[in-house]
Amino acid sequence: MHIIENGNAAAALGVKLCRANVIAAYPITPQTPLTEKLSEYVELGEMKAEYIPVESEHSALAVCIAASSAGARAFTATSANGLLYMHEQVQWASGARLPIVMCVVNRAVGAPWNVWNDQQDSISQRDTGWIQIYCADHQQIIDTVIKAYWLAEQVSIPVMVCYDGYILSHTFMPFDLPEPEKVDAFLPPFKPDYFLNPLEPANLNTVTLPDVRMDVRGELAHGYMEIRCLLQEDLRKALQTAGEAEKRFAGIFGRKADPFIEPYRCDDAEHVAVGLGSITYQMRVCVDQLRAEGIKIGVMGVRYYRPFPDEAIASALKGKKGVIVVEKALSYGYEGALMSDLKSALYEYLAGTGSLPVVQNFIAGIGGREIRTDDLTQTLRAAAKGRVSKEPLWIGLRL
Amino acid sequence: MGTRNYRRKTSHSEHGAGDGGRTGSWRVERPVLDPSLCIPCKRNKEACFICWLFCPDVVISRTIPPTINLEYCKGCGICAEECPTKAITMADEAKFAEEDKE
Repeated sequence: MHIIENGNAAAALGVKLCRANVIAAYPITPQTPLTEKLSEYVELGEMKAEYIPVESEHSALAVCIAASSAGARAFTATSANGLLYMHEQVQWASGARLPIVMCVVNRAVGAPWNVWNDQQDSISQRDTGWIQIYCADHQQIIDTVIKAYWLAEQVSIPVMVCYDGYILSHTFMPFDLPEPEKVDAFLPPFKPDYFLNPLEPANLNTVTLPDVRMDVRGELAHGYMEIRCLLQEDLRKALQTAGEAEKRFAGIFGRKADPFIEPYRCDDAEHVAVGLGSITYQMRVCVDQLRAEGIKIGVMGVRYYRPFPDEAIASALKGKKGVIVVEKALSYGYEGALMSDLKSALYEYLAGTGSLPVVQNFIAGIGGREIRTDDLTQTLRAAAKGRVSKEPLWIGLRL
Repeated sequence: MGTRNYRRKTSHSEHGAGDGGRTGSWRVERPVLDPSLCIPCKRNKEACFICWLFCPDVVISRTIPPTINLEYCKGCGICAEECPTKAITMADEAKFAEEDKE
């Protein structure tokens, strides 16, 4: 069934279809309508879940950690400074291998205070051991929430579903609402390997020593380093599981896509613009115009940011003359984080082949600065002609 | 429940002596039990056992007399603090180090 709703409602409908058992969230713009919608579903009895209002984002994720440890399917959502306030618990959730799903409705972080969209919030959580997926439209939001639970529970790693504040969260778009029976077929009830149980007491994530040690049963138990290494190994393996999720999803719902990248007019392109989230759809308009001018350019959205699909990205960009990375976030003091990661993938797969593309970095839409399609087209046109700058250039900046 | 495989992905351990590693080496003070003051010893009955209940490292046995596993006792002194008859006192570990040498 096709419906017309905003992006936050799409996320809420996804969570409802996934039959989350526990929702704990603290409202923050632009995430607020998502949590309001969920509390409404619970209040009206449309959703059998515990909605736990908390006094902060730190507590919201702490509640989800406890709920997930007790075997419940848990959900939270936040934005910007709320996500940063969660940071300690964000690391805890992945270290404890809890399959929590969290929507991050992307917003700029303070200071100075700002409530508009960019992606500095979730990008700053890149190294926390969570899976990060970026959505470019409402259909992707609802579908990704559903896939995220399946993936998270398969690999025991939490997932952030990121989508741009306002541009997606507050705009209305038609999308297909998945049938509940199909979602149930795709996503069986959460069966954790272990959950808190008074009959089987255990210590979870207590002080874990630098070295391995004998446990009380006399078996060799991992030290801290082994546990962290397993998280890294399982995150890398999750790329494969993400591929399976996509296949399963396509088999049940018929919507098929590459799980990692979303190329548009890239096949014969000499230049490819790359980005995360809704900006990649905006760049399709630029690409169409530049193609009409005879410039062979395409655009590629990166859907998975962690684990980083390095091989998929490098093979998609093989043989291209130029890559133009347009980002709504920055690793201050160097360049965009996606830029660095992408260059590292190209180096790994294409170094020595003589076909390393020229890679350029542009920063746009910081703190909600309007990204005018004309400016974007002009930027891509100039970048396609040759290298504009070694340092990242800010689109629409007036300094 | 609690497959070995999953337990090994996380820091998941069971309640028991040695769960925190060989913590006996941390000790600067050693608990010493005086049976003449200890309730179960005096009455030769299973009673009290507050030391056993409170020991965070599960190193005190629920026996007469209660025994303390010094391999894992980290010398926190909670047993001495909680003992209602002051049967457990904390003694300087250095003294025992000299004795151990002999």
